[in-house]
Amino acid sequence: MTFALLIAESPALPLHTAGKYVAGAYIVLFAMLLIYLAIMALRLTRMERNLAELLTQSERQTTQAAPPHAQAQAPIEQESATV
Amino acid sequence: MASSSLYGKGLRTLSIATVVAMAVSLVLVFFYVPLEAEQGFLQKIFYVHVPLAIVALCGFVLGGLLAIQHLRTRDPRWDMRSYVVIHMSLIFALATLITGSIWAKGSWGHWWVWSEPTLVSFLIIFLLYATYQPLRFAIEDPEQQARYASVFAITAGAFVPMNYIAVSLSTAYLHPRVLGSSNNLPASMGFTLMVSLVAMALLFATLCKYELTAKHARQQVRALRRQLSGEGADGTRRTRSAAPSLQGTLPQTAGRGAGA
Repeated sequence: MTFALLIAESPALPLHTAGKYVAGAYIVLFAMLLIYLAIMALRLTRMERNLAELLTQSERQTTQAAPPHAQAQAPIEQESATV
Repeated sequence: MASSSLYGKGLRTLSIATVVAMAVSLVLVFFYVPLEAEQGFLQKIFYVHVPLAIVALCGFVLGGLLAIQHLRTRDPRWDMRSYVVIHMSLIFALATLITGSIWAKGSWGHWWVWSEPTLVSFLIIFLLYATYQPLRFAIEDPEQQARYASVFAITAGAFVPMNYIAVSLSTAYLHPRVLGSSNNLPASMGFTLMVSLVAMALLFATLCKYELTAKHARQQVRALRRQLSGEGADGTRRTRSAAPSLQGTLPQTAGRGAGA
């Protein structure tokens, strides 16, 4: 409500002359920000994939290192030392 | 343990504060502050260009201060912080140059004016820092790379204020002074500029924190991969990179039974 009143009270933006330059400057900033976010999203996806691979690898090593009946008895530290 | 410090702590609060500050800043710029008498609507670029420039220059100086801390303590985490801050400042400086060029085109009719000392001095600083990444990449040994990069960051960081003073003392005052002694900004414009500056500083801090968190997490994943493949924490030589290495500060056993 307050925001709507603020917009109603504010003068119309004179976009006819300098509008393209002002828009250009602000678009540059937000475009750079979006590019950065896209790069971060790519990195995050790659890291998630790497973690999934590591988890699979870790599970495989766990099952190989200790048979199911001995797994409960083997101390965790000993297991990681042989890796 | 120092190595287990989380770079992502407080990131959510910082991100929310940044979004709020940016939104407030945009509302003030477009709906509160009056049009400037000479330049009219074009002067709105001022509220993005000047904060970008100030934050970029302060970031370069901060990078130098963090590098001093790295040389004092030899802790690679300070080198990482210095690297990230300088990296982000370089991006902000690039945005400053682009927005400045757009403003110059609208205001003076030219994309670039070589006779304007502020523009040229800023370009010199930008080009100086553009050599930072290649310098790091050229040195293979991580310790030597960090040391040389710190020396560079300190020297270049000292150059930034000296350059600013030199330009301020020059007689050609074509470029508008906004924070000098001859400050004649109306109160509403000054207030909007300050809010924009705070918003830009928050954006800078948030992006730096994101970058630090991402780099730290990636290096932890690499350390874990090395351990699972049986190579140990320092088993393999890292591939050549401009980014600092946190190898010495990461936990030695990141997997099961870690932190023993």
